Amino acid sequence: MYEFAYHRPNSVRKAASLTASGEAKLLAGGQTLLPTMKQRLAAPDALVDLAGIEVLQGIELKGRTLHIGAMTRHADVASNATVREALPALASLAGGIGDPHVRAMGTLGGSIANNDPAADYPAACLGLGATIVTNKRRIAADDFFTGMFETALEDGEIITKVLFPLPRRAAYAKFDNPASRYALVGVFVSKRGRDIRVAVTGAGPCVFRVPAMEEALGRRFSPKSLEDISVDAGDLNSDIHASAEYRAHLVGVMARRAVLAT
Amino acid sequence: MPKVTMTVNGTSASADVEPRTLLSQFLRDHLRLTGTHVGCDTSQCGACVVHVDGRAVKSCTTLAVQWNGASVTTIEGLASGDQLHPMQEAFREHHGLQCGFCTPGMIMAAVDMVNRHGGVPDEKTIREGLEGNICRCTGYHNIVKAIGAGAAAMTGGKQAAE
Ligand SMILES: Cc1cc2nc3c(=O)[nH]c(=O)nc-3n(C[C@H](O)[C@H](O)[C@H](O)COP(=O)(O)OP(=O)(O)OC[C@H]3O[C@@H](n4cnc5c(N)ncnc54)[C@H](O)[C@@H]3O)c2cc1C
Ligand code: FES
Ligand code: FES
Repeated sequence: MYEFAYHRPNSVRKAASLTASGEAKLLAGGQTLLPTMKQRLAAPDALVDLAGIEVLQGIELKGRTLHIGAMTRHADVASNATVREALPALASLAGGIGDPHVRAMGTLGGSIANNDPAADYPAACLGLGATIVTNKRRIAADDFFTGMFETALEDGEIITKVLFPLPRRAAYAKFDNPASRYALVGVFVSKRGRDIRVAVTGAGPCVFRVPAMEEALGRRFSPKSLEDISVDAGDLNSDIHASAEYRAHLVGVMARRAVLAT
Repeated sequence: MPKVTMTVNGTSASADVEPRTLLSQFLRDHLRLTGTHVGCDTSQCGACVVHVDGRAVKSCTTLAVQWNGASVTTIEGLASGDQLHPMQEAFREHHGLQCGFCTPGMIMAAVDMVNRHGGVPDEKTIREGLEGNICRCTGYHNIVKAIGAGAAAMTGGKQAAE
């Protein structure tokens, strides 16, 4: 790692002003950023640690919307009684990220800001129609994840929390890469009134929805409705872990498993 | 250079460190607590696991400056005098190690697992709990056995809630 300065502000406003200058980067759980800096793929001149900002922590149910602070750790989402009761699909998704030590540090905000093509939280945000709140504005999940490791965030913009509207039914089915535990393919399915969402992570360069599956589930919410629907392998990733064709196949299998589990 | 002060294994420790100093380097190089091993230095193997404020973390993937004021427990902090911690004793008894390189991280992960589950976890839970710890020697069977026995010794055999 190259040298850098370290700051630990106690407010979002101070964090924003510290990141406005130079090549500073926000530090959340560090589970992606620090390994990247060790490899010298990132070389910020300063890190602005968000861990000292109280308003970024915590979980609260307000009416039919679950508010989760950006600095909430994966382990705390997984074990939180409110999340387990109100949105168990999200608790189990968080409990399936990486390993216990990664979950003790990694955060919701860090995960979605990073938008790894194989990360789990982007599927939950898109699959539930969440709203991402920053220090500047509110961004619908549909507009937030813009490409591989790309988001709608501007330089220095800080995610403060994510709002998840509670669905009537929801489930996440993940086929983990056995080595890394990232999603080879993960599918998040939810139903809230007439709004049905199917969001896929791991398969393509960025999390995406499958409108054909959503329409079919709108006619009848059953795994059977998905039997004849396939996604085009042409748009999917191919690497040492799996071919695009295999990933396309897994999208169908995981989507049916998710529907069955709702 | 920023000064960091932590309680490590019950004793206050402080040093002036560069911000880029990893917690693993702080423990090994500044405090000479070399029981915490660095296997991969890429966040994969778990040899470097220590407890920080009661949670198991990979000390190679966090900065010492992040933990000013925190309480850290390393493998050196488990035994009391000549008396091994029940989890250490169980690893010895059940042959849960061969070369021993992964063992400090395995034991710190195991103790954390028992603390979180509050009882003896079943085999599936133990295996899932070891997803962040890699062993090149044992094939894991005896590690799993040792953790079950260590958990029973720590909790008087109470079954975990989940
Ligand atoms: C061994 C291992 C296994 C893993 N397995 C999985 C897995 O199975 N599934 C999965 O989804 N992930 C996995 N991860 C990634 C893990 O979930 C990370 O914690 C996560 O991707 C990044 O979160 P973080 O809090 O550590 O962020 P950091 O690493 O601290 O930051 C990541 C990026 O986000 C930016 N950032 C952080 N917080 C904010 C904010 N509030 N606003 C704006 N920008 C911000 C940072 O500047 C940085 O660019 C794994 C990681 C490891 C090391
Ligand atoms: S040395 Fe930290 S995970 Fe391998
Ligand atoms: S005993 Fe040798 S690596 Fe585990």
